[in-house]
Amino acid sequence: MTAVRSASARLAVNRLKSAKPLDGEAVDRFLARHEIPVVEGDRCTFLWRGEADEAWVCQRIVGLPDRIPMRRLHGTDLWYLVLELPEGSRVEYQIEIRRGDHHDRFNDPLNEKRSHGPVGSSSLAFGAGYETPDWVLHDPEARPGELKDLVLRSRALGRDAHVSVYLPARFRPTASYPLLVVHDGGDFLQYASMKTVLDNLIHRLDVAETVVAFTHPGERLTEYANSPAHSRFLTQELLPELESSLPLVGQPAGRCLLGSSFGGVAALSAAYRSPDTYGSLVLLSGSFVFTDIGTDHGGGPLFDPVVKFVNRFRAKPRAVADRVFQSCGVYEELIVPNRSMVHVFENAGMQVRYTEARDGHSWENWRDRLRDALSWVYPGPQKLYYE
Amino acid sequence: MSPSITLLGPQRRPTLDRVLSSLGITGPVAVVNAGWQERESDDAEILALAGGQARNLRLFARWMDVLRADPEYAEAEREHRLVLDELQQLYLVRLDHALQAVYAVAGRSVGHPTVQARAMEDALAAVRLLDASHVARVQQLHDDFYGTWRLESRGAIAGHREEVRGLLSAAECLVVAGGHVGELVRIVHLFHLAPHLPPRVVAWSAGAMALTPRVVLFHDRAAQGASLTEVFDAGIGVVPGLVLLPHARRRLRTDDPLRMSVLARRFAPATCVVLDDGVRIDLGPGGALPPDARLVGDDGRITEGTAA
Repeated sequence: MTAVRSASARLAVNRLKSAKPLDGEAVDRFLARHEIPVVEGDRCTFLWRGEADEAWVCQRIVGLPDRIPMRRLHGTDLWYLVLELPEGSRVEYQIEIRRGDHHDRFNDPLNEKRSHGPVGSSSLAFGAGYETPDWVLHDPEARPGELKDLVLRSRALGRDAHVSVYLPARFRPTASYPLLVVHDGGDFLQYASMKTVLDNLIHRLDVAETVVAFTHPGERLTEYANSPAHSRFLTQELLPELESSLPLVGQPAGRCLLGSSFGGVAALSAAYRSPDTYGSLVLLSGSFVFTDIGTDHGGGPLFDPVVKFVNRFRAKPRAVADRVFQSCGVYEELIVPNRSMVHVFENAGMQVRYTEARDGHSWENWRDRLRDALSWVYPGPQKLYYE
Repeated sequence: MSPSITLLGPQRRPTLDRVLSSLGITGPVAVVNAGWQERESDDAEILALAGGQARNLRLFARWMDVLRADPEYAEAEREHRLVLDELQQLYLVRLDHALQAVYAVAGRSVGHPTVQARAMEDALAAVRLLDASHVARVQQLHDDFYGTWRLESRGAIAGHREEVRGLLSAAECLVVAGGHVGELVRIVHLFHLAPHLPPRVVAWSAGAMALTPRVVLFHDRAAQGASLTEVFDAGIGVVPGLVLLPHARRRLRTDDPLRMSVLARRFAPATCVVLDDGVRIDLGPGGALPPDARLVGDDGRITEGTAA
């Protein structure tokens, strides 16, 4: 997505410019007629209406300024910005305005589409061709699985560890289920609709009936930054508890760790510390920041233990699982580290499936990757059904 | 005496009632829809189609009852399935490489035609050998399992077997519906159907596959992309020499002649038979195919009327 300096004359906003008279009523009619932002091919016109001294579109797309100035349509109170938005893109943004010395940042009042996450909400712009997958929406035909709360007294973490355990619909104690352990479980459930996704993908036979342990971090940035305590908790406490109380496969082929961002580091770290335990990893936008020389990684002190771990892994890569599903959004700063890690994982002898999306570091990006990830790690029984 | 067998395409638009009528079935019909798993009891429609004297053998419910009544066997069966799953996964790892070799050889555009043809035949022979050795390993595991657990002497299983045998002996026809072919195959073996089949058998989709000696799984349009066509397990073997392909047009890349050709040549001398919607195949003596059966040819094309 790049700023477009010479927008096509055929764009809606350019047609508005030539309206006569170009007044408030013309703007009213324009806004009533168009969905905002206006997506035309690979061009996206962001709009804000109001009085201000300056206005910007704010986003976090790598390669673009965080704030891109909007222009005021002459003689009106309408501000606009035309950006290139390639097909299939999904972009989160906000509007910022300045009135005198006062700055204000908010979601786009002309656009109802919102993305939600632990740090708040953002407005959403969809490039041409992007559609919210139907399997993330509630399907009344899909039999729902069940979430059960589990509390483990963790000696490794020195706290009670809360885990939400998903049992698939038609759960049978006489069957054997693969296990998926999800980092940031609460956020995956809340912001990535993961229970609905599991219900739907299992119902559609895309994904095997799977038991899923949604873990909830304490001090996330400490526990997930290559913490031996967290790895011990997963491998020596949680896993034995689940495998002794539930009908799980109980072998590496039936164990998978999933994490996004720092959670991806935590998943890799746990597998690294116990390389014969987990058969698969799902690493979504993993924070695999590293340095080739020196210590200036640009991530701040929180990333120091991560960089140390990733540097060590890159220096002496080893297979820590059989299979790795890895993905990253091309609009993320982490895209280069993630691309770089693909060959490291492959050269270590792991089977890697890597995908990219025109998306950012967001829960909905990770949500949209779940079908590809889970159907690859634990393929559903489509091949066994012949109705 | 071998039963007379009729194979049908998927029954989305049911033809079962007309088929049974055309076969002159007027007596009791035994129905197996265990492939529907937990939905086995939703059988009003299939029983209506099978006629007033139809009786559901309720094999899935019987299996669940066995697992509840005999926890020792249930645990052993679970372990057996885990071992089979692991074996299947390892077979798929090897199969992946073997099939890649086939396509790599097929993809060579220059070279001496005779040399390439021989290399292709050798690559396919390696796949056939792999398939055969896998089937043998699976069979060996089954033999060990059944030899150890002697199902005929376990009360819960023996009781159900006896009831099923009684129902089959009174039936004029057995109807086997589709569904989950893995569980269907497991269940028909568990309840020992093969020696007690009535004079007529009508089966479709997974039900038809369960009658073959070698169940082949396929799906070129799965969520994770085209998956490997794999040999899975042995059915009850009353339909020899055929690889049955229900929903072929929906599930296979039938417009990819190379892929289809590899399928047909890999499983030769068995014949790959298409079982799409509306298909009806009345097998002749010895399992002979009728002339209008739709088959996958060595050239990868689906043709009609080439049956021997």
